[in-house]
Amino acid sequence: MSKLETVQCLKGHEGRVWNVAWHPKGNLLASCGEDKTICIWSKDALGKWQNKTKLTEGHSRTIREIGWSPCGNYIASASFDATIGIWDKKSGEWECNATLEGHENEVKSIAWANNGQLLASCSRDKSVWVWEIADEDEYECAAVLNAHTQDVKKVKWHPTQDILASVSYDNSIKLFKEDLTDHDWTCSTTLTSHDSTVWSLAFNKNGSKFATVSDDKTLKIWKEFNCNDPEKNKGDSNESAWKNICTLSGYHSRAIYDVSWCHLSDLIVTGCGDDAIRIFKESDYINKNEPSYEMICVCEKAHNQDVNSVSWNPVIQGLLASCSDDGTVKLWQFKEL
Amino acid sequence: MPTSYENVNPKIYEKSENRELTVEEEDELISDEIDCREVFDLLRNVSDPEYPLTLEELNVVSQNHIKVINETNEVVVNFTPTVPHCSMATLIGLSLRVQLLRALPSRYKVDICITPGSHASETAVNKQLNDKERVAAALENPHLTEVINHCIGKTLL
Repeated sequence: MSKLETVQCLKGHEGRVWNVAWHPKGNLLASCGEDKTICIWSKDALGKWQNKTKLTEGHSRTIREIGWSPCGNYIASASFDATIGIWDKKSGEWECNATLEGHENEVKSIAWANNGQLLASCSRDKSVWVWEIADEDEYECAAVLNAHTQDVKKVKWHPTQDILASVSYDNSIKLFKEDLTDHDWTCSTTLTSHDSTVWSLAFNKNGSKFATVSDDKTLKIWKEFNCNDPEKNKGDSNESAWKNICTLSGYHSRAIYDVSWCHLSDLIVTGCGDDAIRIFKESDYINKNEPSYEMICVCEKAHNQDVNSVSWNPVIQGLLASCSDDGTVKLWQFKEL
Repeated sequence: MPTSYENVNPKIYEKSENRELTVEEEDELISDEIDCREVFDLLRNVSDPEYPLTLEELNVVSQNHIKVINETNEVVVNFTPTVPHCSMATLIGLSLRVQLLRALPSRYKVDICITPGSHASETAVNKQLNDKERVAAALENPHLTEVINHCIGKTLL
């Protein structure tokens, strides 16, 4: 048996909280929402999490997602006002020192590549943009990718390679890569299997698998089969192939809005429109290409309304952050007994 | 008033009687759960975006197309556009959603869907109406909220 214990309930936002993101060192948590602000939470001397900093005046509409740069010195914010804000602390205080424009309407997601040199964004305008960080504080658009046919919900980078994944209202998942001969970014893979909007995606630690969650109430696990793998279909190009190796249905009763794959414990957590948080673990298997996953923990009524985002702490094992339409951010400690 | 209607001669339905209050319902000490009649009462006087008529009079909403499951806090509202190509379907659905968002306790999960078989773009409209992120973005549009407020404004009278 295992359980999820409440560590603290953090109140500071007005209205719906859309996203939570941990600093790479795990000691700061950022949250954002419809009140157009970013809250930065940290532990005080007594060990309680407090809202130390509230960033305002960067955006004129809802802030949908925030992301820390891998160095931890920058925060990027995606807003319904069609812009991306880049915040830093160079003046001693957090300030929005760059605004990236180009998307035609709401920016839904932003993500920093692991090397810190690339930033990706996506929008309701159906496009995915790749931004290159040329010089200090100089952001150049390296690609505008129009592969999706609908609203793009989330972008995520592969943890070790410059591969970008995006998921969309068009029900598909796409992977993008840069062609190193002509520096053109192209869509290398399109994966279809979900029956409705794909809301989020999370890679495992080495990037050999990822999980996707959807409005179709399922969680799917995908695995990469490289060229010399006998399981890979013959006749394909020398590209590796991603395949859906497991579909978890029947666990979630409404749309699943977010998924986080812990790089310390390998556990997968989901945030759902039925107010619950669920944790999944790979079970023992015989065939490595057909693993099964079991739900090892469910916290019904984790929040009073939809759970919009879930995120494992990158340093402290089992520490989980979540946020909800109910206006709160919650911290949890997962314990496997 | 618009110069041309999509449905030139809509059928007008009779309004239902007001709900009769029982002694139990008026007793503050007895808790009564929200039922489909109560949800219907919240929606029946929403105006059509085109006609000076209510959604009840156009039979767009009716009590037997509303389901309330109190155990799971679910409310499902089916609405029936007056014609299968009604371009106002999304706007009507959005008005119903906003009205329930404001009037029902926040614990309720509301699904707004077109009555199966009554609209040509049923799937696309349903998907959009139930994507809360797109609904949230739409409601930040001042022009659209003004139109919606106009449709639901009269419900208070």
